Amino acid sequence: MEFLESDVSLIAITFLTFLGARKLQTLTGLVILNPVLITIAVLILFLKLTGISYETYSQSGHMVEFWLRPAIVALGVPLYTQLRTIRQQLMPILISEFAGCVAGIVSVVAIAKALGASKEIIISLAPKSVTAPIAIDISSQLGGIPSLTAAIVVCVGLTGAILGLKVLSYGHVVNPFAKSISMGTAAHVIGTSRMAEFGEQYGAFATLGIIINGILTAILAGPIMQMMGIC
Amino acid sequence: MVKQCSIIFACLAAGEFIAWIFKIPIPGSIIGMLLLTTLLQNKVVNIESVKGISQFLVSNMGFFFVPPGVAIMLYFDIISAQWFPIVTATLLSIAIVLIVTGWVHQFVNSRKFKFRFKH
Repeated sequence: MEFLESDVSLIAITFLTFLGARKLQTLTGLVILNPVLITIAVLILFLKLTGISYETYSQSGHMVEFWLRPAIVALGVPLYTQLRTIRQQLMPILISEFAGCVAGIVSVVAIAKALGASKEIIISLAPKSVTAPIAIDISSQLGGIPSLTAAIVVCVGLTGAILGLKVLSYGHVVNPFAKSISMGTAAHVIGTSRMAEFGEQYGAFATLGIIINGILTAILAGPIMQMMGIC
Repeated sequence: MVKQCSIIFACLAAGEFIAWIFKIPIPGSIIGMLLLTTLLQNKVVNIESVKGISQFLVSNMGFFFVPPGVAIMLYFDIISAQWFPIVTATLLSIAIVLIVTGWVHQFVNSRKFKFRFKH
């Protein structure tokens, strides 16, 4: 079994699992078979079955995880290409993003607190609508459990992508651009790819929701939770 | 490739440095992202010189967060003890974010800013 524990093997297994999971989704076309979720599940199963500890895995895992932070910086490029759209409708975008961001943090924190969740769980939930790399950074900075945040973020994205449009029509949100920005704000990348199915302009608009909500949540999550007496 | 990586990592390092020196409680990576946007906007950095790597990084983000996701196996006990608040708070909050964002965007748009909006 020892050869399985080497850096190279574990990285290879991570890549291959993801490749397989992505193929599975392409073949089935099911949103629920999200490659990230499937890969995480398969890898956990693999580690449990082989008895390899998470600590061993994480030494190789760090080499992959390392690229998350440069990837956040790289989001500066789509943000730049969207600047014109942002300026054209600065107020609708900023006001709705601000409202959505605050509503998201306050609601998840208040409900979790009322139902008796512990402090670290509440902190881990706070950035749940933000894209995973940003959410992980926020969670670890505020004292949450980054990996719990990562898992919840994926589940939030899937739920949003599957049920989001139904919820929006219940809420009488009919404008396609309003729908797009909501889906990006609530369900980050996975919600965005759902909107992109309707046309590139909707995907691009949803991307704005991801980025701006990411920035706002990074700025507001700490102060909001302080006000609510969490941290 | 070297130039592209230089720009991205320089922005990240500068973002970390700014967050650390001014004690800003915002991830350095976010400051780095805003820094990159500013540099592109002011034409200090040409978009062509970061396009390749940023496309690569952004489109593979999902893969990069597999390892932190796997770490959830360490917290199965905490989660199973508190699954009810986690699931309830998350589901309700998703619906709230969707409706609040969409409704506010629609509302603001329909009032004052209609003329700026192209369908």
